[in-house]
Amino acid sequence: MRTRTVELAVGAFMLIGLVAIIFLALRVSGLSMQSPDETYRVYGKFENIGGLTVRAKVTMAGVTIGRVSDIYLDKEDFVGVVEMDIYDSVSNLSTDTSAAILTAGLLGEKYIGLTQGAELDNLTDGSEIYNTQSAMVLEDLIAKFLVGQVSSDDP
Amino acid sequence: MASQPQSDNPVAGNDYVRITDMTFMRGERPIFKDVTIRIPRGKVTAIMGPSGTGKTTLLRLIGGQLRPDRGEILVDGHNIPRLGRQELFRVRSKMGMLFQSGALFTDLPVYENVAFPLRVHTDLPEDMIRDIVLMKLQAVGLRGASHLMPSELSGGMARRAALARAIALDPDLVMYDEPFAGQDPMSMGVVVQLIRLLNDALGHTSIVVSHDVQETASIADYIYVVSGGEVIGEGSPDEVLNSDLPRVRQFMQGLPDGPVPFHYPAPSVEQDFLGGEQS
Amino acid sequence: MIDRIAALGSKGLETLQALGRSGMFLFHALWALPNVRVNGPLLVRQIFSVGVLSLIIILVSGVFIGMVLALQGYNILTRYGSEQALGQMVALTLLRELGPVVTALLFAGRAGSALTAEIGLMKATEQLASMEMIGVDPLRRIISPRFWAGFYCLPTLAVIFSAVGVLGAYAVGVVWLGVDGGSFWSNMQNSVEWGEDVMNGVIKSLVFGIVVTWIAVFQGYDTVPTSEGISRATTRTVVYASLAVLGLDFILTAVMFGEL
Ligand SMILES: Nc1ncnc2c1ncn2[C@@H]1O[C@H](COP(=O)(O)OP(=O)(O)O)[C@@H](O)[C@H]1O
Ligand SMILES: [Mg+2]
Repeated sequence: MRTRTVELAVGAFMLIGLVAIIFLALRVSGLSMQSPDETYRVYGKFENIGGLTVRAKVTMAGVTIGRVSDIYLDKEDFVGVVEMDIYDSVSNLSTDTSAAILTAGLLGEKYIGLTQGAELDNLTDGSEIYNTQSAMVLEDLIAKFLVGQVSSDDP
Repeated sequence: MASQPQSDNPVAGNDYVRITDMTFMRGERPIFKDVTIRIPRGKVTAIMGPSGTGKTTLLRLIGGQLRPDRGEILVDGHNIPRLGRQELFRVRSKMGMLFQSGALFTDLPVYENVAFPLRVHTDLPEDMIRDIVLMKLQAVGLRGASHLMPSELSGGMARRAALARAIALDPDLVMYDEPFAGQDPMSMGVVVQLIRLLNDALGHTSIVVSHDVQETASIADYIYVVSGGEVIGEGSPDEVLNSDLPRVRQFMQGLPDGPVPFHYPAPSVEQDFLGGEQS
Repeated sequence: MIDRIAALGSKGLETLQALGRSGMFLFHALWALPNVRVNGPLLVRQIFSVGVLSLIIILVSGVFIGMVLALQGYNILTRYGSEQALGQMVALTLLRELGPVVTALLFAGRAGSALTAEIGLMKATEQLASMEMIGVDPLRRIISPRFWAGFYCLPTLAVIFSAVGVLGAYAVGVVWLGVDGGSFWSNMQNSVEWGEDVMNGVIKSLVFGIVVTWIAVFQGYDTVPTSEGISRATTRTVVYASLAVLGLDFILTAVMFGEL
């Protein structure tokens, strides 16, 4: 029957649509099936956050383990405070973990790289990461480089 | 009723449709001006008039698809312009309409077209619907064509299939919009016969809108001639055919010129051809 | 001079009136909520003619646009030695912009014009009027399933477009030009966000689906019922729908990805 063909075709169409969205989810956007909703929050203070933005990745050994959830200025110390949501599955970060603001490639996006420390105690919700390293700001680097050049050319 | 309208219609006491002093405007242009028409129950009444006078519009007014600016349209006692959606829906289930182009639903086969009103208005089981549909198709001689799509029908067959759909619910009123237009002589004869036959056999009231004088006169019990938004003449076919009224005569006898001018209003010939500097 | 202004004013009023009419029309069509028993099959049939029949052109265009993006992107990215960012560039372009927009434009040309012509023809052949006389609201029976079909099909088609576009880019970039497959995907996965990119693209195409289908069915319903009227309405559908898509895309992009 013609109705049957139509219904089959529509069913196939819906299926293709479903496959496409799953492909976009898993393969293209790398969404993992288990919802990474469960997180705990830690923060760190940085001299300079460079171009770090909210929702930037927090990684360890190159693996994404969380997101930057908030960035604001500490009005007493005049440093940038970065709040990070770390997945609950990564619950054994030591209290002396260090955080650095890194750049993907020369001009790429900014993200936070964590390096595991040696302490036995672990970071928990609300902990502070004391060991921080600010973003490298390209302008500063260039300025330093130029100053260095000038001074070495000038005996 | 205080003022009895001055209609000569012999069966005026038993009207299925009464249109009283009805005015309908399209923008600034009046299509009907204080028109009064009576459609007697159980008869074939014809509305005749030149193209573009508003015959189709009149049928739509009766069906409640358009609302008049003034006046009354009573169908079996219901004042159509005043009805709400639900009531209009119920009154329409008692009307069948054969549209000028047939208006079969092109995406449904003939069978489903005829079954359509039954499915909308009744909860009949499928085998009863089937019986009714085949019966109606048999009445118009198309039982064998029930599986065809409308695009596979000839013009005359499409008109007849649409007629089967129009009478599917055994309506009390069947309206035909130009049922003879664009038909070859043979299928025209078939439709002419059918209208009369169905009217007498099923006992409904028929309104035939047409400008085909001979065919209409041969089946109508009563004729209204409409032109320029007014009823210019009415009576039995004989009376209308032999009318002395000049405008009725011009239309019924197909004279090219008369009170209704052949020429569209224009500046005088001398002005147009000689006064060439107007551009 | 006065005449000109008066003409302009009446033109403006006319436009406003048409807008109001189409708004009321949309409202009525949506208010005519589907009755599942009757409208289920109608909806399936419309998804067929609106969606399935548009699938081929979407698949073909998606693959080719993905391939072209990969070629162009490769040429530019190799200059900076960052051709591993190819996947990321192609995916973001497709998901955020080209998927929703190109699909909507193709949809307006393929399905939108067909909808307008079909409904216009139904009006010209008095099918809508006869449906009304039988006691069925054409808005419910004809317009509403077509509207919902468009609303569902355009996002689906856009998602399919983006997906095959990425595959096309993979074919050109990785298989043909020799970009490393691993970094193609991982770069893409690192930079493409489910919510930010995929979902925003889907939201865009939902909006486009509403607007394009709305324009198409309204133009059909509002046609002057002659052959000339139908052909004009069909042209209007494609022009108005395309302009609306491009204009809305700018606004949506500014809201979604702009500095707000
Ligand atoms: N939708 C409409 N808008 C404006 N004018 C219309 C419309 N439909 C019909 N008319 C005008 O109304 C008049 C009557 O049309 P109609 O009832 O179709 O005439 P008939 O059926 O007698 O040929 C015509 O002059 C036509 O131009
Ligand atoms: Mg007519």
